[in-house]
Amino acid sequence: MPVSFFLVLAALLFSIGVYGVLARQHAVLVLLSIELMLNAVNINLVAFAAMFQQFGVQGQVFALFIIAVAAAEVGVGLAIVILIYRNRQSVDIDEMSLMKW
Amino acid sequence: MAEIWQQAVFWVLATAMVVSAVRVVTTRNVVHAALWLVGALMSVAAMYVLLFAEFVAWVQVLVYVGAIVVLMLFGLMLTRASIGSASFDNDQRLLAAVCAGAVFIVSSVIMVTAFEGKEIEFDRTVGTTTETVGRVIFADYVLPFEVISVLLLAALVGAIVIARRD
Repeated sequence: MPVSFFLVLAALLFSIGVYGVLARQHAVLVLLSIELMLNAVNINLVAFAAMFQQFGVQGQVFALFIIAVAAAEVGVGLAIVILIYRNRQSVDIDEMSLMKW
Repeated sequence: MAEIWQQAVFWVLATAMVVSAVRVVTTRNVVHAALWLVGALMSVAAMYVLLFAEFVAWVQVLVYVGAIVVLMLFGLMLTRASIGSASFDNDQRLLAAVCAGAVFIVSSVIMVTAFEGKEIEFDRTVGTTTETVGRVIFADYVLPFEVISVLLLAALVGAIVIARRD
């Protein structure tokens, strides 16, 4: 089975995530789209691990590390979103222009 | 024969994944978006099983579906966002679609030309069990593993400090 099937699928998932990050206004929905992008990268890594399986499973190990980093990112991201909601009663990303020059 | 079954499973999973992902970024209900994300993540986990990565698949189910989506639902609940049918998209939807399409075309052209003719051989699999993954992590990648542990601790402390009501 050609490895490019998995790579094109991952590219499609990544671009859906890019669309979500750019087009969504709700901060939690932007975080959901970022999760889609991270998963696309993980599919690539696991597909390469399957393609080079005679050289070991390093790709799967990197996928596990990315999952752990994604968990940390979501924790901090949601804490920031909750803090912004508490201060401004809104999670609209377009209104978060406080630090814009 | 086995190859045909693998291709069939691949197409079913790919369709499920893309449909759920598109619903995540287009639905007008935030809770539905989180639930569609569960569908997309479960399809990704099944894709890992197809690619002989059982341990990664289970970690995906436990961490993503079990923890991250629940965390997202808590975030939606705590921000008391209007769950109804209000539009959550901004006015640059067309521009965003153009950007996403450009990203897709460029990255897939690069990927396909770079890995043309490379095959994943399902018949000659050596089998990557959880034991193999554990050996690689704790033999070759101990330092990154420890760094990830410290990162998770720092993120935990940071999240508590940021979100604390003082």
